[in-house]
Amino acid sequence: MSGSGRIGWTRSELAARAAADVPDAAYVNLGIGIPMMIPSRLPEGREVWFHTENGILGLGGVPEPDQIDLDVQNAGKEYATIVVGASTFDSSLSFAIVRGGHLDIAVLGGMQVTPSGDLANWTAPGRTPGVGGAMDLVTGAKQVWVLLEHADRSGRSKFMRRCSLPLTGARCVTRIYSNLGVFEPAGSHFDCLEIAAGIDEETVRELTDADVSFARLGAGTVA
Amino acid sequence: MDKIRTDVLEMLSVVPDGSSIAVGGFGLTGAPIMLCDALCELDKRDLHIVANNAGIDPTGVGRLAQEGRLRKFTGSFPSNKNFFALFHEGRVELELVPQGTLAERMRAAGAGIPAFYTPTGAGTDLATGNYPARYDADGNVVQWLEPKDVRVFNGRPCVLETALECDFALVKAHRADRLGNLAFRLGSRNFNVPAAMAGKVTFVEAQSIVEPGAIEPDAVHLPGVFVQHVVQSTGGWVGTPTAPGAD
Repeated sequence: MSGSGRIGWTRSELAARAAADVPDAAYVNLGIGIPMMIPSRLPEGREVWFHTENGILGLGGVPEPDQIDLDVQNAGKEYATIVVGASTFDSSLSFAIVRGGHLDIAVLGGMQVTPSGDLANWTAPGRTPGVGGAMDLVTGAKQVWVLLEHADRSGRSKFMRRCSLPLTGARCVTRIYSNLGVFEPAGSHFDCLEIAAGIDEETVRELTDADVSFARLGAGTVA
Repeated sequence: MDKIRTDVLEMLSVVPDGSSIAVGGFGLTGAPIMLCDALCELDKRDLHIVANNAGIDPTGVGRLAQEGRLRKFTGSFPSNKNFFALFHEGRVELELVPQGTLAERMRAAGAGIPAFYTPTGAGTDLATGNYPARYDADGNVVQWLEPKDVRVFNGRPCVLETALECDFALVKAHRADRLGNLAFRLGSRNFNVPAAMAGKVTFVEAQSIVEPGAIEPDAVHLPGVFVQHVVQSTGGWVGTPTAPGAD
């Protein structure tokens, strides 16, 4: 995704920025894409329990080559590790954890977000649809964070007044991390809580197809 | 009681063309690849496959899809280009289901629950029926998903979902005994348990077959009552996994 026109945080920085906000002792589900980069970027000393929909609570980071275990993968079907104290279970119980409101945060990738907190991330014209567990996650998790590029490769904003793509969930998003900064849906507009280094308010406004308020800029978001 | 079978082709020859089959696995982890291969060897056709993935590699359900053996796929992640091409050419029906709803519909089938309400998907195209289920050969939509009944519980709209009973199930276990008791390893349990519950007749390929009692009662993940046939798996995990990690 790091095309020539890329500005603001890299994908790695974006994931690290979100990781910094994950509170100690949280139960967190990670979706496919940038969210998968969070475990290995968690601040030292923070105990977070990562849930993966395929049936693991206690997912760790990326394995060393000699640690690869064919039976341990994340939701993106990449090899992963498990931590001491992890548990494993079947898909039905895994989604009881999701749907039953037992997760503090679901961190998902996104295609489009709106100021009312709508999310579209499961299908787009010409793409194979991949609903996966996204609709369950946005329904069940206490908080829904979306990590995404602020605009697509041709400069079209993913921050829109209304999603043009089919919804994953309405009014479900609580926090958004993009390469341009940290945002919250605030109903009629996006609140910008933090701007990435090297980015100014004008750039955020230009690349956002909805109103943005900077009144809460600097509102502490790091856990 | 002895559920161990020696010949996988003979075991699966009882599956008629047109059957509905629940298949365990998430991607290739815990996927019953040998059993899927056997269905291909037996030239089974017109299958309705119920599984999370349509197969990323031409392996497992992916092979069944690539060889055009499916009349319908019910699942959450049909991310197989070949399958998707067949879908758009009108050669296969797709029932796209959120993953948790899929697991619960499979579990419900084996639990005697004909239907249940869930908030998942309420208000989305998958619940209102605004998503194609079948195209014709010219790429026109000729069938849409069925709209789901909605009822409000505790102020929250929920959709009515029905049990997904299947004629058969294919399961991959880490260990099995002759009574059909199964144990899985780490992340490979996934859809294998719901699949076994959904199938009226469940076939298992086991990494190892052990004596009764070797799987301690507390360590049995799926009791043998859900399993009818067990065969020794000849292969491990043969897919090409995604390379670890993040850029």
